[in-house]
Amino acid sequence: MINTPVDTKDTEFPISRQPTHSELVARGVTLPIAAGLSSRAAAPPSIGSASPEVVSVSLTVNGTLHALMLDTRTTILDLLREHLDLTGTKKGCDQGQCGACTVLIDGRRVNSCLTFAVMYDGAQITTIEGLATKGTLHPLQQAFIDHDAFQCGYCTPGQICSAVGLISEGRAKTADDIRELMSGNLCRCGAYGNILAAIAQAMRRA
Amino acid sequence: MAPYIGTATSRVDGVAKVTGAAKYAAEFNTPGLVYGSIVTSTIAKGWIKRVDGSAAMRVKGVIDVLSHEHRPPMADDDKAYADEVAPLGSPFRPLYDNRVMFSRQPIALVVAETSEIARFGESLVRVEYEVEAPVTDLNRERDAAVPVKPPTNPFEALFTPPKPRGAPERALAAAAMRHEAEYCTPIEHHNPMELYAATVIYHADGKLTLYDKTQGVQNIQRYVCSVFGMKPEDVRVMSPFVGGAFGNGLRPNFEIVLAVLAARALRRSVRVVLTRPQMYALGYRPAMIQRIGLGATTDGTLDAITHDAITVTSEYEDYYRQETGWSGLLYTCANAKYAHKLAKLDLPTACDMRCPSAATGVYALECAMDELAVALKADPLELRLRCYSERDQNNNRPFGSKALRECYRQGAQAFGWDKRNPEPRSMRDGADLVGWGMATGVWDAFQAPITVRIALSANGHAEVACATSDIGTGTRTIMAQVAADMLGLPLDHISINLGDSNLPQSPVEGGSWIAVSVSNGIATTAASIRDELLRLAKQIPNSPLAATAPGEVALIDGKLADKGDVSRAISISDAMRQGGVERIEQEKTTNPSADAARAHNTHSAVFAEVKVDEQLGVIRVTRVVSAVAAGRILNTKTAGSQVLGSVVWGIGMALHEETLIDHRFGRVMNANIAEYHMPVNADVHDIKVIFVDEPDDSNPLGIKGVGEIGIVGVAAAIANAVYHATGKRVRDLPITLDKLSP
Repeated sequence: MINTPVDTKDTEFPISRQPTHSELVARGVTLPIAAGLSSRAAAPPSIGSASPEVVSVSLTVNGTLHALMLDTRTTILDLLREHLDLTGTKKGCDQGQCGACTVLIDGRRVNSCLTFAVMYDGAQITTIEGLATKGTLHPLQQAFIDHDAFQCGYCTPGQICSAVGLISEGRAKTADDIRELMSGNLCRCGAYGNILAAIAQAMRRA
Repeated sequence: MAPYIGTATSRVDGVAKVTGAAKYAAEFNTPGLVYGSIVTSTIAKGWIKRVDGSAAMRVKGVIDVLSHEHRPPMADDDKAYADEVAPLGSPFRPLYDNRVMFSRQPIALVVAETSEIARFGESLVRVEYEVEAPVTDLNRERDAAVPVKPPTNPFEALFTPPKPRGAPERALAAAAMRHEAEYCTPIEHHNPMELYAATVIYHADGKLTLYDKTQGVQNIQRYVCSVFGMKPEDVRVMSPFVGGAFGNGLRPNFEIVLAVLAARALRRSVRVVLTRPQMYALGYRPAMIQRIGLGATTDGTLDAITHDAITVTSEYEDYYRQETGWSGLLYTCANAKYAHKLAKLDLPTACDMRCPSAATGVYALECAMDELAVALKADPLELRLRCYSERDQNNNRPFGSKALRECYRQGAQAFGWDKRNPEPRSMRDGADLVGWGMATGVWDAFQAPITVRIALSANGHAEVACATSDIGTGTRTIMAQVAADMLGLPLDHISINLGDSNLPQSPVEGGSWIAVSVSNGIATTAASIRDELLRLAKQIPNSPLAATAPGEVALIDGKLADKGDVSRAISISDAMRQGGVERIEQEKTTNPSADAARAHNTHSAVFAEVKVDEQLGVIRVTRVVSAVAAGRILNTKTAGSQVLGSVVWGIGMALHEETLIDHRFGRVMNANIAEYHMPVNADVHDIKVIFVDEPDDSNPLGIKGVGEIGIVGVAAAIANAVYHATGKRVRDLPITLDKLSP
């Protein structure tokens, strides 16, 4: 295992609002909670793995197969944004707390910031760029516009991908269910009421 | 063609935002881009003895480790770092010297070929410090707070307490009914969803294109030029989309300095993205202690107001806003006085955060008014109506418009306020105690000078250009609506160009002043386009408009028409083509209407219902009605969303948000968005927004702006509802369940 790129001084245990299978992975690589004010001087990290370890990974993103050589530390989120120029998936915290990076991996909604690409060799990934078909918006995309379910738009791709996952999970029966099951996707502009209305519209039409 | 102004028009950038096509500062990719990862201080105060980047430099792919010991030259005078909205003092200079002034201060930048390598390299940088004991506790420092300096100009006067009137101490002492209490609000952080980021494109000739997360591209351009001694033509700053900012992007933040430093040092394109914890080293809403004294006569009207505030700032800059004066503006009262002190702590400088001063000042005032109403056994709404001010008494002038009475009436009706049992703990829903509270909101209506360029093509399309930002407020959309109406064109024939320092001048986007400024700016420039079209139309043989004066024509449905007889018209394309013109371009500056004889404010009435689990103390805000008077509403959809969002901010302020500092280390303990609690979807229930009609002639279009007003009063209405539900008065925010336990 290589030294992790987690910033030691800022490693405070997040209480994730959206526990996912990838959260466990994140916990696994998170350094001890006490690493803090004087960690640098006290415990110089090993530089035994100073060169990145590179592995080959194949992934299908929005229907296109990509064969890549990747640093093992590359998350799905950074793979999308920095390697594939698919910047629609957003980085809002890089700690699994905000949901802005939500994508669909093999149909399930996942925080891509907590997910290393090497874990998903061979997976099918759908991002916000892959939802519209032949120039027609996905019903959720249209519903978000109709209900003004965003302002700045930064959480929006994650909200929409999360809502796609929510609908396919089939667990949300009431407005309160939607609120609860969408609470891993933060919106600082406070568009929650409109997000709820947009998802409810898309569910009715689904 | 029906007008667009005043309608519920969907955002013109909606498709870009829902498809992922909208690009934010960290999303402009370019070949050869390198990545900077920021090393921040682990101490809050002291000196850097040594920055050791040697271990990082041994990592393959690490290019450089920049620090105050190793960086390109930067300006060495405070003036160079003082941006357009800098407060008095000595602005922070990133990587300038070995002084540490706050925890998580940026002290080095590791630049590497990939973000993963940069981040790993950053973890290897070793820093030795000489540590001093930091002071970050407002409660400990309140007695050391110093009065804010008297204003030296009208701009500073906006932020200092108004002059006293009458004999407030005597009136308070003699009051038949008196309420005095202290209200505390914590540090809050903006936490926009987008991480602060800058991408600097380094061109072969040394010129830079900067993509920065900012509320003012021209403010950044001027700042970068003065800090790095560059020419304006060599620095272009762009921010086509901004993922929220809420005041945190008004001033330049350190990502832009670090990215430009690295680009100039390495002659390469660089991206620097802050981590979420690092964003807790940016500005914040200052913690404050406010003391309010209200004295009432036996008939239940106010006779004395005293409002004192102590607010937090850094050791190096005096940031303050005017919390106190709202009291004497909002209510009729013959005797009033205000005081404001600053506690200077080892923290970064505080900054504007959504509705700075009123969000907190009016919170304290409106809780105090509720307490006075309880003491007087008066309905809280009735007390406000008895004390209603018809004049701005701080400056002894009438209001340009003030439809607050109508806000009270419509808000109360929509909420069902008349069904409220005044007795605390009297209303229940199953196991929950139910509380109803209300409060008033007030904010300023500013207008700022702005320049707008419009280029009209003979095919009936127009490009509208202004350097303003759209931080999610909907600026792009209302600009298109106003331009479409003023030019008589369909909405989809208008293209909006903003967020680029090369475009015509705009102030930073904040304070709710952009909608009014840019809309009137578009109207001005559109009028000169119209005049030019009329000049061309008159040259056409037998022109039906030959004798028509400029004031008598309007652009309607693609035609220039006589307003008195619209059949006398010439189409835009005919006027231009017959005049031999394919394109008309006009650029005009619009200055605010000079109207200092009247006060210009927005108002609101907020009604909130809370349900409190009696055993656990869990508080839910189940209903909010916000009735807003803010002049002409340009777009009921986007303006409604702004107020909805502001109510959510008010819920966060009342119940959730608090930046917690370990004062032993002067370091934020909850520097992330799981432990800094902000409202999530499940926290938000039924919110109704009402815009009351408020004709206003303070500016040609009668606009006031809605970005701030929606948050004001919300926290107070919720706090008052919690009192009504539980009988317990909590005077320090946020109202967490532990504070409700007996």
